[in-house]
Amino acid sequence: MLRVENLSAWYGEARVLRDVALRVDAGEVVTLVGRNGAGKTTVLRCLMGLHAGQRGTVELDGRDIGRLPTHRRARLGLGWVPDDRGSYASLSVAEQLTLPPVLRPRSSAERTGLAWSLERVFEAFPVLYQRRSVPASTLSGGEQQMLALARVLRMGARLLLCDEPTEGLSPLLVTQVGDILRQAKRHGVTVLLVEQNLRFATEVADRHYLLAQGAVAEALDNSAVRSRERELLAYLGI
Amino acid sequence: MTGFLQNTFNGLVSGAFYALLALGLAVIFGMLRVVNFAHGAFYMLGAFGAYVLLAEAGVSFWWALLLMPIGLALFGMLLERAVVHRLGRLDPLYNFLFTFGLTLILQDVVKSRYGVQSSPYATPAELSGSVDLGLFDFPTYRVFILVFAVAVCALVWWLLSHTRVGVVVRAATERPELTRAFGIDVGRWVTPVFGFGVGLAGLAGVLAAPMRAVNPLMGADLIIVVFAVVVIGGLGSIFGSVAAGFGIGLVQSWGEAYAPPIVAQTLVFIVMAAVLLLRPAGLFGREESAA
Repeated sequence: MLRVENLSAWYGEARVLRDVALRVDAGEVVTLVGRNGAGKTTVLRCLMGLHAGQRGTVELDGRDIGRLPTHRRARLGLGWVPDDRGSYASLSVAEQLTLPPVLRPRSSAERTGLAWSLERVFEAFPVLYQRRSVPASTLSGGEQQMLALARVLRMGARLLLCDEPTEGLSPLLVTQVGDILRQAKRHGVTVLLVEQNLRFATEVADRHYLLAQGAVAEALDNSAVRSRERELLAYLGI
Repeated sequence: MTGFLQNTFNGLVSGAFYALLALGLAVIFGMLRVVNFAHGAFYMLGAFGAYVLLAEAGVSFWWALLLMPIGLALFGMLLERAVVHRLGRLDPLYNFLFTFGLTLILQDVVKSRYGVQSSPYATPAELSGSVDLGLFDFPTYRVFILVFAVAVCALVWWLLSHTRVGVVVRAATERPELTRAFGIDVGRWVTPVFGFGVGLAGLAGVLAAPMRAVNPLMGADLIIVVFAVVVIGGLGSIFGSVAAGFGIGLVQSWGEAYAPPIVAQTLVFIVMAAVLLLRPAGLFGREESAA
C-alpha cells in the first residue's frame, strides 16, 4: 500500500533523514521505533507533504504522491494523528470531528468506504459525545488523543499515520488506544505508528522498523522485538 | 447624565467604525498572516467611491453602500491573486512593504485628482434629522450607523460560528498546516477571505462619507487607532477585534469629554500599553504555541 524509497530530508543544512526505505502492506500495522531525534516524526511529516526539504519516492497504491500538496494526500486516504494531538482551541469537539471531509470509496468494490458514521464514533468514544459542544482545549490529554483518532476514522482514512498516540497516557487509556487501533485494523485500515512503548508496539503491530540517526537500521518482527527487548530498551534509552 | 449618555452614544458610533475595520484586519491576518497596511486606504476608497459615484453619476448612497464593498472586494481579490499571494512565500516584510507602498500610491492617485481638501457628502434624505431617544435627540444617521455596524458584526459572527465556511476559516486561522492535513485546500479560501476583509473596509468607508470629512488622508489618520484596536483585542481574534473596537470608541469619547486634551489624544495608546503589559497576547488573544 505504502512504499517509501530513498527518502531524505533536511532542516536547513542538517540532513535528518538518510535514504529511508520502508513498506507497509494493506491491512498491516507497522511501527517506527527509535530514539528521540531519530527522525520518526519527520518521516510522517514527509509522508503528509508537510516537510519542505525532502527528496525521494513516496508511493501510495503504486501512485507517486511525492509531489502532491498536503490536502490532496489527505484526500487519497492519509489520516494524520499528530504528536501534539492536533486540537483546535477555537473549535468544538463536534466541529473538529466533522472538519475533515468524508472520503468516498475509491472503487465500486469498496461499497461503503471506511468512514465511520458519527453515531459509530460516539458509540466507540462515549466521552466525545458527552463533550461534543465544548472547545477541545478543555479536554484532557487522553480525550484529545481519542478525538485525534476519531477524527481520522470518521474521515475514512485508509492509512493512519499515528505519531506516538500513547505518549503521556495512563495505562488504562493506552489499552483503549490499542483497542481502537486493532478495531480499525479489523475494518481494513492500515496503520503506520510511531511508538516508543515497545510492549504496546508488539501488542498492536505486525512488524517494526528501527530508525537510527535518520536511517532504517533494522526491520524486526514481533518475536525479534520480544526476544531482544532488553537490548532494544537499552538502545532506546528508556 | 444626559451629557454622559450622549458621549457614550458617540463613542459607540466611532467604535462601530473601529469594529468594522478591525474585523476586516483580523480575518485577513488570521487567514493570511498578512498585516494589511492598506486597510485605511481601502476605507478611504470606499468613502471616495461613494462621493465620486454621487457627484459624477448621481448614484445614491444606498447603491454606493452595495456597490463599493463589492467592487473593493473584487479589487482586493485581484490584488491577493496578483501580488499578496506571491509575496506570501517570502519574508512577511515583503507584504508589509507592498501594502504600505500601495497605501501611498492609492492616496496620491486620489490626491492628484481631487486634491487634499475635504469633499462634502450629503446625508441621505431618509436618514437626515434626528430621533428622540428619550433623554436627548440623536442624529438619525448615527443611529443608523450603529445599528448597521452591529448587524454586520453579528452576521459575520453567525457565519463564522454556524456555517461550514466559518468552521474552515476558524480552523485554517488557528492551525493552517493541520487543516491542510485534513484534506482542506486552505489556499482556496485565502483569496475570498482577503476580498471580504477589504470589502468590509470599503463598507466602513461608505458609511463614513456623510459623517466624516472625505479626503485622501482620512484612512491614514484612522488606521493607526485601528491597529491599536486589533492589538488590544488580540491579533487574529475576531471577537476581540470587534469588542475592542467598540471599547476603544467609548474610551476615546469619554476621554475627550472628561480628560485633559493631552491625555485624551494618547488614551488609546496608553490603554494598548497597559493591555500589552498585563496580557501580551491581547484581551482575547491566545498565546501562539511555539511552532
